[in-house]
Amino acid sequence: MTTLQSNILEKHTPSGREEAWRFTPLKRLGGMHDGTATPVLRNSLMAKGELPAGVSLTRTTITAVTETDDAIVNRIREFTDQGTILEIASNTEVASPIFLGRATGALDTAEFARVLIKVGTHTKATVIIENTGDTHLAEDLEIAVGPGSNLTLISLQEWGAQTVHAGRHHAIVDRDATFKSIVVTVGGNLVRLLPTVDFIAPGASCDLSGVYFATAGQFFEHRMFVDHKVPNAKSRVNYKGALAGDKAHTVWIGDVFIRAAAEGTDTYELNRNLLLSDGARADSVPNLEIETGEIVGAGHASTTGRFDDEQLFYLMSRGINMEDARRLVVRGFFNEIVSEIGIDEIQNRIMTRIDNELAKAGK
Amino acid sequence: MSTLEIRGLKVSVETEQGAIEILKGVDLTIKSGETHAIMGPNGSGKSTLAYSIAGHPKYTITGGTVTLDGADVLEMTVDERAKAGLFLAMQYPVEVPGVSVSNFLRTAATALRGEAPKLREWVGEVKAAMETLKMDPSFAQRNVNEGFSGGEKKRHEIMQLELLKPKFAILDETDSGLDVDALRVVSEGVVRAKEANNHGILLITHYTRILKYIKPDFVHVFANGRIVEEGGPELADKLEANGYAEYVSA
Ligand SMILES: Nc1ncnc2c1ncn2[C@@H]1O[C@H](COP(=O)(O)OP(=O)(O)OP(=O)(O)O)[C@@H](O)[C@H]1O
Ligand SMILES: [Mg+2]
Repeated sequence: MTTLQSNILEKHTPSGREEAWRFTPLKRLGGMHDGTATPVLRNSLMAKGELPAGVSLTRTTITAVTETDDAIVNRIREFTDQGTILEIASNTEVASPIFLGRATGALDTAEFARVLIKVGTHTKATVIIENTGDTHLAEDLEIAVGPGSNLTLISLQEWGAQTVHAGRHHAIVDRDATFKSIVVTVGGNLVRLLPTVDFIAPGASCDLSGVYFATAGQFFEHRMFVDHKVPNAKSRVNYKGALAGDKAHTVWIGDVFIRAAAEGTDTYELNRNLLLSDGARADSVPNLEIETGEIVGAGHASTTGRFDDEQLFYLMSRGINMEDARRLVVRGFFNEIVSEIGIDEIQNRIMTRIDNELAKAGK
Repeated sequence: MSTLEIRGLKVSVETEQGAIEILKGVDLTIKSGETHAIMGPNGSGKSTLAYSIAGHPKYTITGGTVTLDGADVLEMTVDERAKAGLFLAMQYPVEVPGVSVSNFLRTAATALRGEAPKLREWVGEVKAAMETLKMDPSFAQRNVNEGFSGGEKKRHEIMQLELLKPKFAILDETDSGLDVDALRVVSEGVVRAKEANNHGILLITHYTRILKYIKPDFVHVFANGRIVEEGGPELADKLEANGYAEYVSA
């Protein structure tokens, strides 16, 4: 470790006053941000079942595609250059989803994980990462989507109650490529995810969707950053969250930057939160920075509300009891995004988990 | 034979200026198989009466009673009222995003019947109800009332009436917003449901045209929060000719 590196890390140890860290309860990060955690190289990400033709998963040396100022990612990169590369060959249409998962973990150390998903040109695939169990995980995930390709990445945080997960999912999207991300966070003590997108050539597009449900004591933060620095790129962000129970806390930050060169940009971001009980707190901060007027469209909306009495009344007037009516409304609220996963088994599992969270909170 | 009895019903709503009384003592008795039409000017309290019977939380009951075969309706939760046999077809049906019509109907039928209807029979029932109301089968997959036109929402309400088989149906301006053909289709749905279930009907309307299909046994004039006159079907024709002037100025 060079002295210079150490200085940089010291500089990057968040105090909580930084914009990027002002909502995060640093004390609950297990020391992943300040060097007090015991990092381990576990490479816990595994393929579930056979990988389809044209897809490979390798443990190897990784070179970061882009730099970042994220403190935790910099600590991971300083700790190791080893990681996992999922490569999807060019001109491949992978018909069924590629299932990956993390299930082995520990709470007395912190897994520092580097992953690169490399998608060739003119390729179409769906990658699903299923995160379960209890662990401390610091995750540096980069996704390079080659020209003309179409990648869907589904990251499911179905963690146990003690998990601490801080991750950055950074997509680099090339010419005419499409990156679609679906994030589901329904478990964990603290989850802080940064779905970020870098458009590097015109015609690129991204669609960042997510759902989260925090109950008593849980902290879930989702912080997007979409960097429009090339012309004619399109971005959509749609996150929906529900909160129930004392000190349930969620944070959604939608930073979209349209640089001077990004003419023809088309962007819209939306965050909706459903506050199901007192004592819960939803922070929602859309933030659009525009350096050129030559754009197709740029907009954002953010709402935080409670149950709609009219909806509950309508359902109950048909004989449906309060509990079932609430469940229907909450399922309905999330359905728009969960149904995009497109795999019944997973959708049902997520919805059942949401039902259970709601039932738990109702008690 | 069932009886829905409303006695001296007084209802107010909370406003920023305090509570205001909207229903000022309503008396009305409906028996199975009877059709009662209520006509009255805008703002006279007709929807308030309908919602109060169904238990909408916005309304505060300040006096009077509502009983169904002697059971105290006002003590019941909204879903209990439906289970007791009350059904309200709303003037403005509510959109429920993300909840499909088919899921909604099955959940409601399961709640009201006490057990999930057998899947095969249920699919047939829903299909038949949709066909008679001339609703495209694709509506089953759409979200409840979301993006429905005014007329489609009303068909959807009456489709529920056919499937949920209540003892008493309150129809709040089910005819408003319907074109001539839709009015016939929806009215026939109501008549068919009544022939099948012999339920009592409380039909709120501004127009006599629906009464050509759904023949009322009694017509009540509603003004300023109470019933001010009662008569037979001929009263409806008189109202259509003369309007409400004599009741409102009174
Ligand atoms: N929150 C409220 N604040 C003030 N007034 C209210 C409120 N809610 C209802 N009202 C009033 O109560 C009265 C009765 O309304 P209601 O909807 O029952 O009338 P209606 O007879 O159904 O009218 P329409 O024929 O237009 O449907 C109206 O004057 C309405 O403005
Ligand atoms: Mg009305």
